[in-house]
Order: sequence, then structure tokens, then C-alpha cells
Amino acid sequence: MKKFVAILLAVLMLIPTFALGENVVKIGVFEPASGDSGAGGKQEMLGMQYANAICPTVEIGGETYKVELVYADNGSSADKAPSAAQQLVSAGVSVVLGSYGSGVSIAASPIFAQAGIPAIGVTCTNPQVTAGNTHYFRICFLDPFQGTVLANYAFKELGATTAYCLAELGNDYDVGLVHYFKEAFTALGGMVIDETFPNGTSDFTSYLTNASMMEAGVFFCPVSIAYATQIVNQAAAMNVNYAILGSDTLDSNKVVEAATGTNLNICVSTFYQEGGNPEFDSGFKAWMNADAEALTNNGGNDMIAAVSVMGYDAYFTALEALKNAGSTDPKAVNEALWNTTYEGVSGAIAFENVNGDAIRDTAYIKSVDTANNAWNFVAVQGV
Amino acid sequence: MFKTILPYLLSGISVGGQYALIAIGYTMVYGILRLINFAHGDVFMVAGILMVYISASGLPLYVSIPLVLIITAGIGFLIERVAYKPLRSAPRMSVMISAIGVSYTLQNLVLYITGGLNQFYPTIPFISKSITIFGATTKMVTVVTPVLTLILMIGLVLLINYTKIGMAMRAVSKDFETSSLMGIKINNVISATFVIGSFLAGVGSLLYFTNYTTVIQTSGAMPGLKAFVAAVFGGIGSIPGAVVGAFIIGICESVIKGLDIILFKLGLSKQMMGLATFSDAFTFALLIVILIVKPTGLFGEKTTDKV
Amino acid sequence: MTKNINNMQRKKLDPAVLISALIIAAVYVAVFVLEQIMPPTSMLFTVLKKAAVYALVAVSMNLLNGFTGLFSLGQAGFMLIGAYAYGIFTIPVAQRAAVYQYYNGGLVQFSLPVIPALVLAGLAAAAFAFLIGLPVLRLKSDYLAIATLGFAEIVRSIFQWDKLGMLTNGSNMLRLFPTFNDFNIKNAEGEVVVYLSTLMPFVIAGVCIALIVMLLHSSYGRSFMAIRDDEISAEAMGINLAKHKQLAFCISSFFAGVGGAMLAMYSNSVQAKSFTSAMTYEILLIVVIGGIGSVTGSCISSFLFVACSEWWLRFLDQKQMIGNFEVPLLRNGFRLVVFSVIIMVVVLFFRQGIMGTKELPDLFRKKLPKKTGKEGEAK
Repeated sequence: MKKFVAILLAVLMLIPTFALGENVVKIGVFEPASGDSGAGGKQEMLGMQYANAICPTVEIGGETYKVELVYADNGSSADKAPSAAQQLVSAGVSVVLGSYGSGVSIAASPIFAQAGIPAIGVTCTNPQVTAGNTHYFRICFLDPFQGTVLANYAFKELGATTAYCLAELGNDYDVGLVHYFKEAFTALGGMVIDETFPNGTSDFTSYLTNASMMEAGVFFCPVSIAYATQIVNQAAAMNVNYAILGSDTLDSNKVVEAATGTNLNICVSTFYQEGGNPEFDSGFKAWMNADAEALTNNGGNDMIAAVSVMGYDAYFTALEALKNAGSTDPKAVNEALWNTTYEGVSGAIAFENVNGDAIRDTAYIKSVDTANNAWNFVAVQGV
Repeated sequence: MFKTILPYLLSGISVGGQYALIAIGYTMVYGILRLINFAHGDVFMVAGILMVYISASGLPLYVSIPLVLIITAGIGFLIERVAYKPLRSAPRMSVMISAIGVSYTLQNLVLYITGGLNQFYPTIPFISKSITIFGATTKMVTVVTPVLTLILMIGLVLLINYTKIGMAMRAVSKDFETSSLMGIKINNVISATFVIGSFLAGVGSLLYFTNYTTVIQTSGAMPGLKAFVAAVFGGIGSIPGAVVGAFIIGICESVIKGLDIILFKLGLSKQMMGLATFSDAFTFALLIVILIVKPTGLFGEKTTDKV
Repeated sequence: MTKNINNMQRKKLDPAVLISALIIAAVYVAVFVLEQIMPPTSMLFTVLKKAAVYALVAVSMNLLNGFTGLFSLGQAGFMLIGAYAYGIFTIPVAQRAAVYQYYNGGLVQFSLPVIPALVLAGLAAAAFAFLIGLPVLRLKSDYLAIATLGFAEIVRSIFQWDKLGMLTNGSNMLRLFPTFNDFNIKNAEGEVVVYLSTLMPFVIAGVCIALIVMLLHSSYGRSFMAIRDDEISAEAMGINLAKHKQLAFCISSFFAGVGGAMLAMYSNSVQAKSFTSAMTYEILLIVVIGGIGSVTGSCISSFLFVACSEWWLRFLDQKQMIGNFEVPLLRNGFRLVVFSVIIMVVVLFFRQGIMGTKELPDLFRKKLPKKTGKEGEAK
């Protein structure tokens, strides 16, 4: 019996390994498909899948290669990230895209480094992702920039003098952003109270009460979508009188849905505003509406999330790098990435030559239009 | 001072009431089988997921709510029959491990079905409304929860003290073997316990997820663990004990989250100490203290070991 | 990986022990050879490394739950302490500013070599265990389980506390410390000459497990088993219950601490939030699948458990085509469903686990059925 099971397992393992006749280049998609950031990760993947649908082949060194996306779910958690990364490495990818969330990227970084595979961070904004290494690049702006932008906005535009910040314990993204926000906000002369909540919390009423007690003008919570919707929902029930400020993670149709019909003032900073590139918008919407699964992954409607746009740009940046490298060898791609530029939907992409960070100096601020279940464009904000 | 603490008390009472409904299930099962039913928190979570899917299918609330409660009770029955009954004569550790296995299975099954994404709980109109009590705004469910919890608790105590099945339950929890010799159908009694426990967890999930509107496969783990602590705290096997324990834990937890601010507002501390980090840990510290000082809990009966 | 040579010398040479020793030696040689000839990115090595770590942790849990009869669920807490102790004291001084980015480089401004740090990790965990053991070891069975579970959660919160950030980096990751890959021997150009990154975890775990086996065969070990079998008789026979329970608890925690440090080395980073009670349950399941009270069983089941969860069942998470037929049900998460069903089947129908209470040499003694012999070799 046990021998039979062993043979069965061995046979099952062989099934997925079939050979293909044509040239294939594999791009790893290192994104969360489950866990707290699962919703965001899926939206980011949608951008890549759409890009792959538009442009399924690439010319490398005079030959046409079919691009195959290889997925690995990092489960939104730093302890699952290394084995997901290892899965991509052993699948033999040439370059990795991802992730949504900084902690998982930091945890997986050494695995990619050892295998000599370059990675392009899509929306991981913590400086630690790219600092001190030569294989991790990123196409989005960084926390010190985003934190400062948001602090400026809170202090100058929202007129807050006291800010209450809430981060998830042990989430590098939240903690980092709150740190830089606090730095900038206190430099402007404001007062900051920062607290943290443990993973898996669902009762935020005490934290919301804390902010009211301290007469905060703004409640800054750059948390995962899962928590953000809870916070918005509970804040609405408590009828809070301060503004809720979020970062790019709150730029989600789920947050808009939760806020619709309430009188909350919710503002977020993000990478892209729908309408910025009408041609892309209509193409992407048509693609999503044609595929029920894509629509579900986008949260049930066709509102365009900025992270999808970033995913789309990341895919094409990777193709540019492959073209420049003239080979599918990860090391060559890594070299080529330093000088790769791409005119993306979210803006021009180029990497600075120390850490491989994107050269970007603008963020978009949007607010929720609670009457119409939509985003309102507020401003383009630099430092 | 009252104005400062009131909002925390309100949210604590409502969380406490929801923990209480889960804790009753723990305490009843433990009273009879001497089993920490680790899967109970997950039954609570599954009830939440069921509600999401059943109401998404378009059924009206007056159909979907009873349906969820019935299915949840059925799941409790099924878990007992599949995972615990075959191990009736096995060592207690095996049964406990089976419970951990069931918990693992339920979580993974939900992970698979939902694709690992947060599910949004449907709005139940009446209890989702906002109301204002002494200047603190909250959801109607905050007020409904403690009342409903107390009503259910009184009903359950009456059931246990004045009905035939209740008498059988008391007998089985006193002495498993003798009561089976006396002609009590042990398996029926145990099934009834699981059905009642799961039903209450289902009610708890209605209230809890109306308050905190997202459900994910791990949503049951922490509330489950805390409800268990509440059951131990109140004296395991005692239903009023579990309810009192749950309210104490709910309130403590909520106050600790705001403790920095409360101390600051009352002028007792000058700076933030990050005490909110300990909101979960405090529950367990409380548990360990009670276990060491009074191992049978607040209302537990004293037992002696037989050689 | 169980009996070691010291045991052989004490008694007369038992052929079964000799065969076992040869099998274990063969496993080590095989690991070494495979590592030199296969590409280092292969999933096999990831699985082997993680399994070696889990084997040690599972054996340490087995020492407590299986051999001493103390039902403790605090394993993740002790692993956390070990992992942090290792991380805090081994991050190179030059990297500290980067790791402790919000705490000005942190408090500790020196770093220890790997092996002393591993021992320190174990000692730190054992010291905590000693303190925790004073009150909680008086509790019985389930109450002990729930109290130790509670302690693990408390430890997790303490390590995440912002005010200890100078030491623990708050709730943020510790990283950039030496990992298994630093065991590889490199030449002047930085190219790896001899791969040791998989062999070393095997060696460290092997030494620790050998120590545990020796302990189990000493008079202490026999006292532990007497306590498991009947506490009251054991006490009547003159065994000091409190002392022996405390001893077993501390020793188990010591090795859990070392295991935690090795887990940190495996995963390149440490973060308190990943040491949840779910991790303890996972290890408990490994112990149960292997057989409560069998060191060999814990080792074998660690390898099977890790290989199934990380590698062999991965294909269940992706859409598979056989010809033009898309296999139904396969999508993200299905692997875990299948896996949990397998576990339930083992728990319900194979209560003895893989090995029951047998050890590797028992498989080569005549009175035992031949059937189980295969699995001993499979490792």
C-alpha cells in the first residue's frame, strides 16, 4: 500500500513537467494571493496578466520568445516568502516582479540574491528593499517620499495639528511609513501619537476612540486593505470627526465601497489616477469585463487600482530589460536593468544607479466621493 | 473620568458578549469530554463564511440567518461524529490533537474556497444602525449583544437544570462511566452538547461579524483562544462562569488598547508607553495568574485526583 | 540520526545499532555528495534544510510531550527566544545601522561567531523556561498546555514591544545575520568551492539529537519516562518530580531555542509575528505523525511533512492540463486541503504514527515485522 502511494506521488510529480518546443522566457510573479494583502496582490497581478495578454512575446537577441508568467503566492507573510521565492528560483525564471508589501520582499531578497536573479519591486516602498543590494530594483516611490508628502498634505491642506498614526505590528510597510510620516509631521510643528495593533485584530473601535480623545485632526493608517475596510466601517459607525488618511494600500475599490454612503473624509496618496491614460483605461476595463475571474480578483467591479497600473508597467519594464540584455540569462538581465528606461502609464521609469530605485517625484492625492462610490482627484503632490 | 472610559467599556462589553457565546461551547464540551475543542473557534469562523455565501446567493435575511444557524449546528454535530467519536477510548492527548487537526482542516478548506481573500459580511439592518449612548456613538449591536447573551445564558441554565437532556448532561459530566451504566445514551448527550455549543457560536458570529465586518480563515483563531481563556477563567464547566469570564476579558482587552490615552487624559502618565501592544498578552497573563492562584477558575468546582 | 557511536561502545556491539549507524552515516554522505553535484537552487536543499531544523525542534518537543508526559504547547515561544538571541548577537556590527534603522543601530554593538551564538540561543530559551517552569509546571495536562500556549503569546508580545526596540528592533525584522549559506567554503574570487550549506544544519541538528538520545538513555531519561508512565508511582520510587519536570522542560527548551536559531538561519530573517501558536501545532502534528515517543519517528516525519507541504504537493496549487483536459479543483490552497485531510487520516486511523514508539535499530531486530523496514531506509 505504502509503496503504491509512493509510486503514485512520483507519477503525479512528473505530470507538470512537459516540454515545450518553442522559445520561452519565464518571468516570476512574486505576489500575495492570500492573506491580508491578498486583494492588493491580485490587483497587481491583474496588471501583469493584462500586459501579458497584450504582449505575449518578446524579441531577445533576434529571436522571438514566448513570455510565461510563473506565479508564487507569498501569502502576505515574511515566513512564507522564502519558500515561495525558492519556488520561482527552482522554476528557472529570468526576472522576478513583485511584491505588493515590503516585508515579503525583504524576506525573499537573499534568496533571489543567491540565485543571481534580479527582481523588480512593483509597489514595495520601504527603503530597505533595495538598500545595500544590486539585484532588487523598484519602479515606485519610497516611504520617505510618500511619508513626507502625506505629512505635508495633512498639515497644510487638511489643517491638522495633531495626527494619530496606527500601524500593524511587524509590518515593515506600515511601520516604515508611519516612521517617516512622524518625522515629517513633527518637523512641521505638529504632534503625533502612534500606536500599533497586533496581526489579526478586528476591533479597531478602541484605537478610533483614542484618536478622538486626543482630538486628532487626522487618523493616519497605512494598513493592509483587510484592516483598512474594518477601520473605515467602524469609523463610520462611530461617526468620527477627523479625516482618515491612507497611503497607496488604501487606494482600493473595497475602501471606497466601505465609505460610500457615510460622511467620512478619506484621502490617500497613490501612483496613478484613473483617466491619466484613457487608452490604457478603456483597454484594461474591456479586458477585465470579458473575464469573470479577473473581475472577481479586482474586487467585483472594473474600477482601476493604481497597483494594477504599476503591475502593467513592471511587466513592460522587465521586457525592456530582457531586450536590452539580449539574453534570458538572469545575470545579463540584472546588468541591463541599470540602464533600462520605459515610458510607462504611471510615468517615466528609470533607475538611479546606487540602489536601483525609481526616479520619481510625484504622488497623486485622491479622496473618496462618498456619494458616488468613486474616487475624486485632489492634487498632484511633490515634496 | 466616566466620559473618558465609557467608549472603551461599551466596546469591551460588546466584544465580551460575543466571546461569551463562544466560551459556552468550550465550557460545555470540556465539562463533558474533558476536551479542549480547538476547532470551536473555527466553527465560529465557518458560520461567518456561511453567512457571506448564503446571503450572496440572494436569500432574504429571515431565511438565511436560521439556515446559517442550523448548518453551523450540523457542522458541530458532524465534527464530533467524524473526529472525536472514534477516539472515545484513546488518550486525551490524541483527541486534542484531532481537534487541532480539525481546526487546521476547516481553516484550509475556507482558505481554498475563499481564495484567501477577505470576505465582507452582509449588513443586518437592525443591529448595524448607529446609536448614541451618553455621547458615545456606536453600533446597535453593542447594546443588543449583552442582552441577547444574558437571555441565551439564562435559557441554557434552565435547560440544564430542568430538562431531561440537561440532567443527562450533568450526570455525564460528573461521571462518564457510571452514567453510561445508568442507561444514559452518552453519544446522544455529547452530540446535543456539540449542537448547542455550535449553535451559540453561530449566534456569536452573527453579532461579532456585524460589528467587525470582514471574515477570513484565521478570523476564528484569536476569538476562539480568548473565549477558551474566558471559560478557564470563569471555571471550566460552569456556564455563568464562562459568561462572566468573557465579559471581564472583553472589557480588559478593550481598556488596555486605550490605556495609554486614558492614563494620559487622567494625568497619570506623561508619555505614551505603547501598552496597546499587550492587549492580547494581557488576556493570557490573566489566565496564568488565575491558574496558579485558583486552578479551578472563579466558579469552578474543586476536584480531587483519584489514584 | 538517532543512536550514535557512544551508545554502541557501552554495550556489546549490537548489529542493529551498527546498521542504523551506517544508514545515518550514509544519509550524511549522500547529502554532502548531492550538494556538490546538484544545482544549489534545487528545491531539494530547501526542503532538507528546513526539515533538519524541524527534526530538531520536533525531537525537543517529543522529549517533553512523548518521553516526560508533560503536555506543553510553548514550543514557538522558546523558538522565538532562541531565534532572537541568535539574531541580536550575530548581526555584523557594520550592518546594525541598516537593520536597526529606526533605533540608531541598536544597543548591542558587537557580534558573536555562529556556534557560540547558537549555544547562547539555547541558554536564553532554557533560562526563560526555568522562570516559566517555576509556576506552571505544577499544573496538570490540559492546563499546562494552555498555560504554556499563553506564555508563548506573552513572549511574542514582549518581543514586539516598541520600548525594547533598542534590543529587539521592535516588531521589525532582524536580518543580515550569518545564514546556512555562510557555511559554504569560498575561494578568493568569491566562488563556492565546497557546498556545506545543507550539510551543516544536518550536523548541528544531528549533534543535538544525539545529545537528546544520550540523555534519554541515562538515568535521567529513565526517570522522565517513569514520570510519564505514572507520576504517583514515580514519586513513590523516589524520583523528585518537581526537579525532573523542571529539568526536562529546560532541556527541551534549550534545544527548541537552538532550533529557533537554526530556523532564523534557514529563513534569513526573524520576526516575532511569525512564531504563532500555529507553528507549535505544526510541530505537534509532526511529532504525532512520527509517533509520540519515537525520536526516529519525529525525524522521518519532519522530512515527510516539510517535503509534502513545501514541495511534493505544490503542483496541487496550480492549474494542470492533461492533454486538453483541465484537472478540476486545482487552484491556490488545494494543496493545504489535501494536506490537512492526510493529517486527519493519520490522526484518526494511524494513531501510532509512522514509528509508534520504535527507534531505528528496532527495525533491524528480528522479532519485529519486516513491513516497517522500508521507511527507515527511505530517509
